This record gives sequence, C-alpha cells and structure tokens, in this order.
Amino acid sequence: MSEFFTVAILTATLTSGIRQAVPYLLAALGEAVSQRAGVLNLGVEGVMLIGAFSAYYATLETKSAAIGLLMGLLAGMFMGLIYAFITVVMHAEQGISGIGIYLFGLGFTDLLFQKQVGTPRPIQGLKTKPMNWLAEDTGRVGELLFSHTILTYVAFLLVPAVYWLVTRTTFGLNVRAVGENPHAADTLGVSVNGVRAAAIVFGNTMAGLAGAVLVLDIVQNFQQNLTAGRGFIAIALVYFGAWRPLRVMAGALLFGIVSSTVLTLQALDVISGSVTSIANMAPAVLTVIVLVVVSRRIGQPAALTKPFTRDA
Amino acid sequence: MRWLLRPFAGLAVPAAAVIAALLVGVVLLGVFGANPITGYRALFTGAFGGPDELAATALKSIPLMLVGVGICIAFRTGVINIGGEGQIIMGAILATLVAIALPDVPRPILVPLVMIAGGIGGGIWGAIPGALKAYSGVNEILSTIMMNIIAGFFMSFLLEDWLIAPGAIKIQQTKRLTPNADLPILPGGTRLHLGIVVALIVAILGYLLLFRSGLGLRLRAVGHNQHASRAAGMKVELSITQALALSGACAGIAGAVLVFGSESHRLIGEGGPLAFTQSAGFNGIVTALFGGLHPLFTVLSSYLFGGMLSGGISLQRAVQVPQALVIALNGVVVVFVVSSLLLQNRVRRWAEGEVQMEDRA
Repeated sequence: MSEFFTVAILTATLTSGIRQAVPYLLAALGEAVSQRAGVLNLGVEGVMLIGAFSAYYATLETKSAAIGLLMGLLAGMFMGLIYAFITVVMHAEQGISGIGIYLFGLGFTDLLFQKQVGTPRPIQGLKTKPMNWLAEDTGRVGELLFSHTILTYVAFLLVPAVYWLVTRTTFGLNVRAVGENPHAADTLGVSVNGVRAAAIVFGNTMAGLAGAVLVLDIVQNFQQNLTAGRGFIAIALVYFGAWRPLRVMAGALLFGIVSSTVLTLQALDVISGSVTSIANMAPAVLTVIVLVVVSRRIGQPAALTKPFTRDA
Repeated sequence: MRWLLRPFAGLAVPAAAVIAALLVGVVLLGVFGANPITGYRALFTGAFGGPDELAATALKSIPLMLVGVGICIAFRTGVINIGGEGQIIMGAILATLVAIALPDVPRPILVPLVMIAGGIGGGIWGAIPGALKAYSGVNEILSTIMMNIIAGFFMSFLLEDWLIAPGAIKIQQTKRLTPNADLPILPGGTRLHLGIVVALIVAILGYLLLFRSGLGLRLRAVGHNQHASRAAGMKVELSITQALALSGACAGIAGAVLVFGSESHRLIGEGGPLAFTQSAGFNGIVTALFGGLHPLFTVLSSYLFGGMLSGGISLQRAVQVPQALVIALNGVVVVFVVSSLLLQNRVRRWAEGEVQMEDRA
C-alpha cells in the first residue's frame, strides 16, 4: 500500500487523472449548454460511442489521427441535427428519445465494428504534445501540467470559452432565455427552436468529440460499449456542476482522478481479482452519492425537458 | 370511411414507426452489400417459420415481457426506469443464491421460490433509486443507469471467485445449479419452458394491478399529476418507491428465468452483463412503449420483438450482418415511437372527427 504514496506514482496518477477527465469534461460542457437551452440530451452515451467509432475507424483507415478527430466531431454534429429534429420539431419526450439514441449508438457501433473491423486493432492516437518542451526541466509539476497531448489543452481551454459563450454573448443570453422562459424569449423575437437546435448541435458535437478523444488519447482501440457509462456520468456531472462550466470541470477532474487511481491500484497489484470489480464500481457509486448530495439544489433551467409551442 | 379507420387510429403510428425502422434496416443492409429481401426473409422465417422457431421466439420474448410489464408500471407512475439491466442481474443473483442454499427443496416448491427470490432481488434494486427519487429528488434516469453499472460489476465480483464453477479453466460462471430449480419444459416437443407461463401470469397481474386495483389507481394518478395527487391526500413518495420496486421485481423475475430457463442452468457473467441480460433491460422499454404502456399489449409487442431477436440470428447467418443490427433498429423504433406521439394525437383527433386533416396540410 505504501508503494502508492511515492511522489512519482502520485504524480503519474494525477497526470493520468487529468487525461481521463477530458471525455467527461467535453461531454458535460456540451450537455450543460444543451440543458441551459432547456433540452435534456440523454443520448450523450450513444453519441459518444458513434463519435468514438468514427474517430477509430477513420484513423485506422487513413492512419491520420487528425482526420479521425474530425470524423468524430462531424459524427457528433450529425447526431445533433437528428436529435434537434426529434426533440425540437417532433416534440419527442426527451428522456426516452435519448435512450433510443443510446440504444442506436450501442447497436450501430457494435454492428459497424464487427462488420468492418472484426478483431480489435490498436491505432496510433494524436501524439502532439505542444507544451512538452516545458515539462523537461520543471520536474513533477511539469509532468502534471505540461506533458499532455493537445486535446487535453483544447478541452480545458473550452471551459472558459463555454463560460464566455454562455454568459457574455448574445447567443448565450438567448440560450439562457429559451431555457428559463421560452415564451418571453419568443415575445422578444428570439427563435426558441432555432436557439435550442443550435445548443443541441453544439452539445452533441462535444459528445462526438468526447468519444473521439477517448479513442485517440486514452484507449487507442475500440470495443463494444467502449464508453461504459461515461456519457451518463457526464450528464450527472452537469447536475453536480449546477450547469456552470467551472464546477463541471471540477466534477470531471474528480471522476478522472478516481478512474486513474483505480487503474494505478490495479497496475501496482494493490487490488486484484474480485476486488478489482468492486473498485471498478467507484465512479458509478460516486455518481449516485453526488446525485444525492446535489439533489436538493435548485436552479435547474425552468423549461428543461419542456417542448416549446406558441399556443401553450 | 373515417369510422372504419377509427379503431386503428391508435395503431397507425406505432405500425408506421416499425415500418420506418425496417426501412432504415433496408438502407443499412444495403450499405453492407447485403440483399435486404434475403435478409428480412431470413429474419422472418427464423422468427416465425415453424413450431421450433415460434418456440424460440417465445423464449426470447420472456425477458422482454417481464421487463416490459415492469416498465408499464413505472412509466405510468411517471418514473422512467432505465435500470432493468441491473434489476435483472440482481434478481438472477438472489435467485442463484437461493438455489445454491436450498438445493434439496423439491421442485414444485423451489421453482416458485427462486422466481420470488428473483422478484425480491430486482425489487430491492428498483426500490433504492425509487426511494432516492421520492425522498431526495435524485433523477431516476441517471441513478438507475448507475445501478446497472454497479450490478454488472457486482456480478463479476461474485463470479470472479466466490461463486465461480470449480475447475482449471476460469470462466465467469457458476456450477450447474440444482436441477430442482430448472424451469420444466412444456409439452409439445419444443424447448419452450414454464418461463412463458410465468411471464403471462406476471403480465395479467400487472394489468390487474394497474387498472383494477386501488394501488394501480394511485400509481396512475401520481403519474398523471403529482400535485393533484398530493392535494388529494395520496402519499406520492410512497407511490414512486412502490412503482420502481414493482418494476424492478418484474425485471428480477426475468433474471431468474434467464438463469433457470437457460440450457446451461447457470448464472453466466462471461462476456459481460449485456451478454447475460441479452439487453432485455433496454429492449423491454421498447416493447412497453410499443405496447402503449399496457401490460397485455406489451406481451404481444414483446413477442414481435422477440421475433426480431431470434430472427436476427438467422439474418446474421444468411447475409453475414451481425445481429447488433437489431439493437440499433430497436433504438430507431424508440425514437420513431416517441417522435410520433404528436402525429398520433393528430391522427386520433382526425379519426374522431375533431380536426380536418386537409386543414392541416
């Protein structure tokens, strides 16, 4: 056990925790914007799977992780257009249609993987480490902060960007307006459905990106149900973070570090065999606890899950 | 003309949803270079082509029926239970433990006992998120999904060494459980077992509970309008907990059937939780929605979707497209069914003569 507490291992665990946090962070930031606009997107897990497979397959075929990343992003965007049509135009119940999207993503990616790839073949992820030159002579702190790939920095830079988008731009004002009081927004000439559709497309693009990062930066491979609940945890993080980007980031880091700690403990053989299964429950158990703790919190967008009609 | 169509107005849209999903399937099969007609013909004959196929379809539909009936109870109470997967697993685990603890109890007693144990296991696993929602406002969609993940790892924890079959080869499965708990095969020369009777009984009980009992009235009232129910003096929190517990119990029985109705008569965790549950926890949502959240119609729709699953194997064999296609299409059906409720109301109003369709066009 004491082995775990060496500085080197702690640093490595935290560094890996930051990397593990990225898919949670990206998906949760997107979901936060979508929910601020009043749309609950429960299909995040399915869209992440589709983004992940697109990125994986494109990288496998073209040997270019950049093209893989782009494909993951586009796949998410495409799913966003579909989900916007389902919820904004057709007024489908958001909870259940999200589960439909999840089932579709789960089955569809498994289908494509079995048909097009067969056995798991590892890919080369995105290896660009833009800050690595700083990591070389700054020791442990350097490793913690500067040894990441470019995707990690992009993800964390998106936190202030999304904060700025939601709080400082006209689009953000409209997003919040249609999420809190769509009728008032409509009276003021804001296109409620247009703003919501844009927020949904943004949210799903982020989910697709999250899936792509999971493949390109963390797993570098694909398998059935690769995301293993990460998308659903990301939705829980939005509640945890009270729809605010900075707090969502704190939650994502917490989950990333819990995941990496479990991995480190396994690698060090501190836990093995059946105990591993118990340790693997940690993120899910933590999510339930987090949900209980934050459940009394008010401040959910008033029009969340409510489709907009003028005559209501 | 219109009065002729009236009884079918409720059916038109779900039927259209399935046709639309099958068309998506045609496109997917086409993309994979498979002949859609060959594929669908294999799917259909594989599902309904003869007595053995009909029995195989019935076997596949049992977990869907049980989970689906539970979904009817939860959704009608306004509680979205996505936790069928975990509830199936916990039901299967408790039923397995009972069979291991009481191997010598005679079959006529042990079979009902393991079914009840399954119900209790699933019921507890449903009651937890139910109580969390009722008394602390925890979003049940997220909590039930987390309960699924926890149950999956719990199963693999148990099968990793406590319950694993003794032997040199480590496969995550129990030993062959006591034959006294085997679900008896029904006469008729097929593999169909008593599980189908269990599922039908649960469906009838579910119907009576929802539509012919005071409890069901309260559950549906809560689902319809929580505030009014509270104002009328109903214990809304209790109803929500009951709904998820009952829903979980139905799924738990499915778990017991999956163990004691399987050909190997073991609890098998190898291949992951989705392999054991056959995704019934999710697919049961599809069949319940498709059955209009009515337990008896859910039996019918489960049989149809059971056909998709059993026919999916033939489809895979005929055109080499993995049966994961069926799960993807189920997702499409869900999306189409819930997307079309707006249209459904319009069709119904049109059939009842309130709205002229021409005016809308």
